[in-house]
Amino acid sequence: MTTVINETTPDASGHGVAQARGLFDGPILRQALKDSFTKLDPRVQVKNPVMFVVLVGSIIALFEAFAHPGTFTWSITVWLLLTVLFANFAEAMAEGRGKAQAETLRKMRSETEARRLLPDGSEELVPAAELSKGDLVVCEANDVIPSDGEIIEGIASVDESAITGESAPVIRESGGDRSAVTGGTKVLSDRIVVRITAERGHTFIDRMITLVEGANRQKTPNEIALTILLAVLTIVFIPVVVTLVPFANFAHGSVSVVVLIALLVCLIPTTIGALLSAIGIAGMDRLVQRNVLAMSGRAVEAAGDVQVLLLDKTGTITLGNRMASHFYPVSGHSEQEVADVAQLASLADETPEGRSIVVLAKELFDIRERHLEGDHAFVPFTATTRMSGLDMGPRQIRKGAGDSVKRWVTEQGGTVPSDLDAIVERVSREGSTPLVVVDGVDILGVIELKDVVKQGIREKFEEMRQMGIRTVMITGDNPLTAAAIAQEAGVDDFLAEATPEAKMALIKKEQEGGKLVAMTGDGTNDAPALAQADVGVAMNTGTTAAKEAGNMVDLDSNPTKLLDIVEIGKQLLITRGSLTTFSIANDIAKYFAIIPALFAFAYGDHLQALNVMKLHSPQSAVLSAVIFNALVIVALIPLALRGVKFRAANSTAILRRNVLIYGVGGIIVPFVFIKLIDLILVALHAY
Amino acid sequence: MGFFATILILVIALGFTWRYLGSYMAAVFDGRVHFLGFVERPIYRLLKTSPEQEQTWKRYAGAMIIFSFVSLVFTYAILRLQGSLPLNPQHLGAVGPALSFNTASSFVTNTNWQNYGGETAMSYFSQMGSLTVQQFVSPAVGIAAAIVLVRGFSRRKSATIGNFWVDITRCLFYVLLPIAFVAGIVIVAQGAVQTLAGTVTIHDSLNGVTQTIPRGPAGFMGSIMQLGTNGGGFFNVDLAHPFENPTAFTDLLYIWLTLSIPVALTYTFGKMVGSIKHGAALLAVVVILFGSWVAFTSYSEHQNNPAVVAAGIHSTVGNAEGKEVRFGDTTSALFNVSMTQTSDGAVDSATDSYNPIGGLGPLTGMMLGEVTPGGTGSGLYTLLIYAIIAVFIGGLMIGRTPEYLGKKIQAREVKLAGLGALVMPMTVLILTALAVSLAVGRAGPLNAGPHGFSEILYALTSQGNNNGSAMAGLTGNTPFYNVIGAIDMLIGRFGIIIPALALGGILAEKDVVPEGLGTFRTHNPMFVGLTIGVILIIGGLTFFPAISLGPIVEQLSHLRFF
Repeated sequence: MTTVINETTPDASGHGVAQARGLFDGPILRQALKDSFTKLDPRVQVKNPVMFVVLVGSIIALFEAFAHPGTFTWSITVWLLLTVLFANFAEAMAEGRGKAQAETLRKMRSETEARRLLPDGSEELVPAAELSKGDLVVCEANDVIPSDGEIIEGIASVDESAITGESAPVIRESGGDRSAVTGGTKVLSDRIVVRITAERGHTFIDRMITLVEGANRQKTPNEIALTILLAVLTIVFIPVVVTLVPFANFAHGSVSVVVLIALLVCLIPTTIGALLSAIGIAGMDRLVQRNVLAMSGRAVEAAGDVQVLLLDKTGTITLGNRMASHFYPVSGHSEQEVADVAQLASLADETPEGRSIVVLAKELFDIRERHLEGDHAFVPFTATTRMSGLDMGPRQIRKGAGDSVKRWVTEQGGTVPSDLDAIVERVSREGSTPLVVVDGVDILGVIELKDVVKQGIREKFEEMRQMGIRTVMITGDNPLTAAAIAQEAGVDDFLAEATPEAKMALIKKEQEGGKLVAMTGDGTNDAPALAQADVGVAMNTGTTAAKEAGNMVDLDSNPTKLLDIVEIGKQLLITRGSLTTFSIANDIAKYFAIIPALFAFAYGDHLQALNVMKLHSPQSAVLSAVIFNALVIVALIPLALRGVKFRAANSTAILRRNVLIYGVGGIIVPFVFIKLIDLILVALHAY
Repeated sequence: MGFFATILILVIALGFTWRYLGSYMAAVFDGRVHFLGFVERPIYRLLKTSPEQEQTWKRYAGAMIIFSFVSLVFTYAILRLQGSLPLNPQHLGAVGPALSFNTASSFVTNTNWQNYGGETAMSYFSQMGSLTVQQFVSPAVGIAAAIVLVRGFSRRKSATIGNFWVDITRCLFYVLLPIAFVAGIVIVAQGAVQTLAGTVTIHDSLNGVTQTIPRGPAGFMGSIMQLGTNGGGFFNVDLAHPFENPTAFTDLLYIWLTLSIPVALTYTFGKMVGSIKHGAALLAVVVILFGSWVAFTSYSEHQNNPAVVAAGIHSTVGNAEGKEVRFGDTTSALFNVSMTQTSDGAVDSATDSYNPIGGLGPLTGMMLGEVTPGGTGSGLYTLLIYAIIAVFIGGLMIGRTPEYLGKKIQAREVKLAGLGALVMPMTVLILTALAVSLAVGRAGPLNAGPHGFSEILYALTSQGNNNGSAMAGLTGNTPFYNVIGAIDMLIGRFGIIIPALALGGILAEKDVVPEGLGTFRTHNPMFVGLTIGVILIIGGLTFFPAISLGPIVEQLSHLRFF
C-alpha cells in the first residue's frame, strides 16, 4: 500500500498565493482610490462605451458649469464626474486584489539564481531569467527551482507552498507522472537535475502573474456580447435625449444642456456598465481564492454552461482510501473472533485501511488496542505475498487477498472453508474489497473494505442534477463494482474499466450532441482528454503535459473542486444578468423623476402629475436621480465583487428568484431612494 | 351585438386560424403542399430556379433587395405614367414625383401610407396594376423573411436558409391569393363595390345639387389590403366608407383578415421549430399586449370627449365624434388597435378625433415595434428579435450563456438583434425632430401645441413602422413629408428585415445545444413576462419623453387622465 505524501486538504486557502482578503482591504482600497483617477485616461475609457458616454457628458457639463456657473450646474457636474470615478473605483478594486498577489509572485521570480549544468558536467551560476528552454539545471536541498521543468535525474522532496499554499512537502522524481516541477518552489532534500521546459516569460508563475493581475485581460465572449447590448442601449438613448431639444422648442420652451446630459446618463445602463469588468475580474479572483487558476476567462464561462461532468472515482467521489465496514465469519467462527484476529493482524499496519480495521473492531466489540508483549514480529505487505500480518511466536496471523490466502493455507496443508468463496464474491459484487483473515491454517472470515463515498457528495450530485448537469463516474474498477459505487454515490452514469481512449471517446460522444463537458485529470495519458474537454481541470500534482492540455489548474489537486468551478462560472453569469436587469429596471423611476422636471415649462406644467414621488423641485428631482445613479454603483461594488448569491436549483426557480430581486426590486428601489435623497437635499436646504 | 360578443367571436375565429392556418403555412414553407404544382413549376422554370437550389442568407437578402428595388421602380413608373395608361375613366393625370416616390416606397414596404385620396388621385390601373400587386407581394416578402428567421432556429449546421423566389411564389399561390379571393367574394356579397365603371353623377333635384360618387374595384382590394396587413384602401376615408366596409360583419371580417396571418405565424414558428409550446409562448405575448391595448383604448373611447362635455353635452355612446354609428365606440377602438398593432394601418374611424389617451393606444401600439401580432411576417421577425434580447438577459440570470431553442445567443446575434431593435426608434425620433425643427415640417400639422406634435409624431411613427395608419390632421402631401416619409418607410422596413435575414443565416449555421433541466425555459409564463418586459421597456423608454410632450400632456391638461 502506498503512502500518500502529498495529500492536501481541500480548504488550503488562507496561505500561499491565494491569500484571503477582506472585501475592502486597506492598502487595496488606497491603491484603488488612486487608480480611479489614472483610469480617467480617455484611451482606457473608450473601451467601455457606456462609461465613455458618461465621461464625455461630464466634460460637456463641466464647460457648461464654467460658462453658466450655479450651484445646480456644479452639483450635477460633480456627481457626473463621480459616476465615472465610481466606475473606475469598482474596476480598480477588483484589479487591486489580483495586483497584491502578483506582487508576491514577482518577488519570488526575480530573486532566483540557477546552477546551469554545462555539457562537460561543470556548473555555472546564472540568473533564472536567462535560462532558456532545454537548459539543464541542478537543484539541491534549499535551492529554489529556477523555472518550470522536468526532472530527468534524481528524486527530491519539494516544498510547493509558495504556489499551492500547502505546507506539506511533495515527492518529485524523474520518469512517470510526478516528474514536473514548477519554478519558484523549493527543494528540501536530495539532488535533482531538471530540464527547463518553459521559455523565458512563459513559466507557470509568469502565467499566474498575468492572470491574477488582470492586465491585458481579454474580454470573454459573453462579456463582449453583453457589451454590445449595453452599447445598443446607450446608442439608442442618445437620439432619445438629443431630439428633446427640437421637441421642447416645438412646445415653445427650452431644456438645459446639463439636465439633458443628466437624463442621458440616468437612462443609459451605467450601473452594469460600471461594474461589468469588475464582475469579470472578481469572478477570476474567486477562482484564485479557491486555488484554481483558469488559463482563460472563456473557460470560466464555459464552466457555467457545462452539462456533463466526468469525475474520477478516487478522490472525487470516494475518499482515496477504503475503510473496513464489516467482519463476515465463515461457518464455525463468530464475528467477534474475526474482529479480534483482524485487529491483531492490523496493529502494525499504519495504512488508513489498517487503521480503519482497528477502529471498526473497537467500535463493534470494544476490542482495545493491545500492547503486544513477548516474542512478536510484524510482517509487512509485499507485492509478491499480497498479505500482511503478525507473527507471535509460532502463531502466524495474516490478512490478505482471497486467492493469496487460500494458496498460503493449502500450501501448509490446511483446508479452505466451503462458504468462503461465496462471501468473497458477495463482498466484491457490492463494490468492496474483501480481505481474508487467517490464523495459522484456520481461515476465520472476511473483512469488508468499503470504498467510502465522500460525505455530502450525494447531495452535491443531486444539486447538479437539479441544475441539469449529468455526472459520470470514471473508474478503473470492473463494471460490477463500479455500478455498486455509482448507485451509492448517486451519479447518473459511470464508465468502468476506463482507459484514456474510452474516456476520450465518451467526451467526443457527449460533445457531438452539443453538450459541454468538464473533467479533471493529472496523468500524461489524460492530456488528450483534458484538451478535448470544454473545461479541463489539471491537478497541480500532475504532469506538465496534463497541465498544458487543460484550461485550468487546481493548485490543491482536489478533483471535487470541479463542482465549485461550475458554481463560480454560473455565479459570474448570473451576476452579469442580474445587474443588467437591475440597471434597465431602474430607468422607469428615473423617468418619473426627470421628465416632469425637464418639461416643467410645457403647456402649463401639467406634467407635474407624473411627479409621483412628489419631489421638491425640478432641480432637486434631477439632482436626486443623478446622485442615486452614482451611489448605486458604489452600493453594488460588494455584490459585483462577491457575486450574486448562488443556490442550486432548476433554471425556472433561479430565474424567478433573480427576476423578483433584480427586476421587480430594480423598479421599486430607485423610487424609494430618489425620494429619500430628495428629502435629504431639502433638509440640507440645498434646494 | 355587444362588444363582448364581438370579442368572443373574434377570439374563437382566431383560435382556429392560429391552429389550422398556422400548421398549413408550416406545410407550405416546408414544401409539403403541391396542389398548385402546375402553376409553381413554370414560374421556377422562368426564374431559372427550383426549390432544391437553396440560398445563403446573403444571396437570399440580395434577391429580396433586387425584387423590392424593381418593385419600387415599377410602381413609381406606373404612377408617373398614369395619364397615358389604360383603365383611367376619370382621365386622371400623372402623380407628382415626390408623391409617387412616397407612394411607391409605401406600398413596396407594406406600409400603405397614403398621402393622396385614392378615388381622386389614382386610376383603376394604378390601383390594381401597381398598388394591389404590391399589396400581394410586399406581405409575401415579409412572410418569407420571417420564415428565414424561423428556419434559423429549426435548421442545424446549415449554410442555406431557403430560396427567396420559391418562398414568395408559394406564399402568393398557396396562402395570399386563395384566402383573399374567398374573402373578396364575401365582402362583395355583403355589398362592397366592385366595378371598373367610372364615377356616378347623381342630380338631387330636391336640394338642387349634383353629386359625383366615386366607385371602383374596392371590394377585392379591401380583402388583400387586410389579409396582407397593407391597409391602403381604395377610398380616402378607407374602411369607414360604406362602399368598402358595408356592414358590421365586414368590419369584423376585416379585423379577422388582418390578424389571421400574423397570429397564425406564431403557430407556424412553433410547428417548424418542433415545439408548439414555443409558438404558444409568443402567442401569449401577443394576446396579453394586444388585449391590454384593446381594453385601454376601448375604455377610453367609451368615455365622453372632454371638449364635448365642456360644451355641456352628455353623450351616452362614448366619444362618438369621427366614428361610424354602424360600428360604435368600442368596436371602432378594437378596429383601430387591431390595425396599429399589426402593420395594417387601415381605419374605420378618425384617430384624430379620439380622446387624447385613446389616441395614445394606436400610437404606442406602433411604437412598441408592431409585434403584437405585427405585420405579416414583419410582426414575427421583430417579435423574435425582442425575444432574443429577452433570452440574452434572462438566460444570463440562470447562470448559463444564453440560448434560444438550443441556439447559443452570442455577440453576433446580440449585435444583429440590437440593430434590428434600435433602427426604428432612432429613425422615427430623428425624423420627427427634423420635421418639428424645419418650417416646412411645422407647416404640416393642423393643430398647434401638443396635438400638433402628436400629429407629426404619429405620421412618422406610422411610416417608420410600416403601418400606414394616419391620425389625419397632418398635411402630408408636401415634398418634405413625402420624402422624409419615404426614407422613414424604407429604413423602417429594410433596416430590420436585413438584420432579421442575417440572424436567420447565422443561427442556421449553428448546432443545437440539447435541452436540460438547467436550460432557460423559453415557453413558460416567466419567459412570456420577460419578453413583454423587453418590448415595453425598449419601446416605452425610447418614446416616453416624446409622448409626454404629445398625448400625455394634452390629456393631463384636461385635468384628468381618463
